[in-house]
Amino acid sequence: MANTTKEQPLLQVKHLTKEFPVESGVFGSRFAKHVSAVDDVSFNIYPRKTFGLVGESGCGKSTTGRCIMRLLRPTKGEVIFDGQDVAQLKKKELKAVRRNMQYIFQDPYASLNPRMTIGEIISEPMVIHNEGGSRAERIESVKKLLDVVGLNPEHINRYPHEFSGGQRQRIGIARAFALSPKLIICDEPVSALDVSIQAQVLNLLDGLQEAFGTAYLFIAHDLSVVQHISDEVAVMYLGNLMEYSDWRSLYAEPYHPYTQALLSAVPVPNPDIQKTRERIILAGDPPSPINPPKGCRFHTRCPIATEECKKERPPMKEVEAGHFCACWHAKPFPIEGSSVEL
Amino acid sequence: MSNKRKVKAEEAKATQKVELLEDRAKELHAEKLEASSQVEQATPRPSEAEHHRDFRGSDNAVVAEVDHDDSTRTLWSDAFRRLRKNKLAILGACYILFIAVVAISADLWVPQTLGDPINIDTTTTADLTKLPPSLDHPFGTDVQGRDVLSRVIYGSRISLMVGLLATAISTVLGLIMGALAAYYGGIWDTIIMRLADIFLAFPYTLFVIVMLAVLGGGIQNVFIAIGVLGWPSIARVFRSAIFSVKENDYVDAARSMGASDIRIVARHIFPNSVASIVVYATMNIGGAILTESALSYLGMGVTPPNPSWGSMIQDGQQFLATQPWLMIMPGLAILTTVLAFTLLGDGLRDALDVKMKDA
Repeated sequence: MANTTKEQPLLQVKHLTKEFPVESGVFGSRFAKHVSAVDDVSFNIYPRKTFGLVGESGCGKSTTGRCIMRLLRPTKGEVIFDGQDVAQLKKKELKAVRRNMQYIFQDPYASLNPRMTIGEIISEPMVIHNEGGSRAERIESVKKLLDVVGLNPEHINRYPHEFSGGQRQRIGIARAFALSPKLIICDEPVSALDVSIQAQVLNLLDGLQEAFGTAYLFIAHDLSVVQHISDEVAVMYLGNLMEYSDWRSLYAEPYHPYTQALLSAVPVPNPDIQKTRERIILAGDPPSPINPPKGCRFHTRCPIATEECKKERPPMKEVEAGHFCACWHAKPFPIEGSSVEL
Repeated sequence: MSNKRKVKAEEAKATQKVELLEDRAKELHAEKLEASSQVEQATPRPSEAEHHRDFRGSDNAVVAEVDHDDSTRTLWSDAFRRLRKNKLAILGACYILFIAVVAISADLWVPQTLGDPINIDTTTTADLTKLPPSLDHPFGTDVQGRDVLSRVIYGSRISLMVGLLATAISTVLGLIMGALAAYYGGIWDTIIMRLADIFLAFPYTLFVIVMLAVLGGGIQNVFIAIGVLGWPSIARVFRSAIFSVKENDYVDAARSMGASDIRIVARHIFPNSVASIVVYATMNIGGAILTESALSYLGMGVTPPNPSWGSMIQDGQQFLATQPWLMIMPGLAILTTVLAFTLLGDGLRDALDVKMKDA
């Protein structure tokens, strides 16, 4: 795949599909419709690498993350983590898997239990998995973690509401790293934060990855945030993957018209180029996932769509070494003034 | 760098929002502070050597300040601290405590000093009936010459008992039903909640009267009737509290850590939903007292000659124009007691809300 090393992937997502029933009628009709939030998504994540997943809100990125974590049960498909299919595991086996997989939530206010001190919050994974030794030893390691994430270890007995959003996110990060898991799913970890704090938290995540050797699935709606941290980037639209590749290749020369539109909307630092460069403006809103368009899901808004696109869904094909794109008319589109140095 | 770390958050915050300054400025600033106050020293930091940690940034600068010892804090001690600052709630709590002490100790001193609440004094030939309030009889005497204060005090035993026991019964039932509905969901939720709706659709007092007519009179049946019929509202409050707590990311976070269902309920859902029940139950005590009074007023509750606030009002109402104390005194007792429980409930609601500032 995109990663050229021979390393075994840590996580393989194969044809992941998640449908939610839509209740209709007073008594919940039996012929309920389905929203297909995630439809036939496949990708791999390699150890110690970051896989960025971008897309607009409602495209199924968080659902993908939750399915991998088995917070939601996938409708179809496999999620192979460390050789086990997470989608099929029983409760007990799941617990063992979850020791090595942690989740960082988007909302730093809702993701910490307001009735627990941050010491209790961060040590909870250790308590659940009965690791980390005695109580005193756990307190020591929590203090160390607090220091590592840039918080004052003396605040171990305080409650979450005494901290700011950025600090709370750091607490969530410390909790995710408590057992030094192999994979952390970061579900828009910075989108609820101020821009100045975003950079700090991203740097923290980057540094922790180096120190702990963790892999990230980094979910975001902000291309520039993902660019900052990812090794590989995938673009999602209406439950489908559109394109994925090594981040350099994706940011400098996207093949998919959707990616091209997204990237052309990102302002470039050079004002001369910014003024004159070509921008692709998409018309309309994404269609409802209850009734997704036939064929390519993007064809209703695609500037280059043809009859073919309406009839059949384009397969994911390798357009360049390590660069995959699901489009019948894939062609490179260099982004002028891209901040990526090739 | 090492200087910077040693600075306690408090000091840094005292000057300005250090967090937003650039690193260089931060360092300079921190050094200044360090020089001025070497006294306060943080616990020893882990060794510097592990790896270079510039990536951490520092978010120590702005932490909400609370002036108390960090080591002894628990949720309930925090709540108590906040409750103490609420004067009305403390007033309510003190009043309830006062009534409880008086009611419990009544046998020891009331009959001796104020007079027997039930039996009519036959040792004297003087006309003791319907005396206005005086030093001997602070609340006056009733139609049969019994001391009204003495009867009010003995009536408080009934009221408090009904309030506490009936609320205990309805709270236990309500918690079980609410938890079942929220936990199992689906058909159970529908059955339990529709049942609750049916209960709530009946006029409450009428329902209690009918139940007493079936069970027969007597004070223990009053507990049971009020208690059993009180569960639907508690169940609804608890169910919706669980539902709203269940939606929180920290419950998902616990699940993603591999926490068991029991742990999730005990550590995450219950502590966050129980506050509303504590508040609701406290207020419910007042409601139960009122219901008992209404029943006794209607002659369904406590049987004469035993005193109850409701029956005393009933006895006194025909003398409202001439001897108003017969009705006003037990009425005031009901009013103040119910008010005290309501004030305490209000205070508890604020105190148990962790997001309330310690202002």
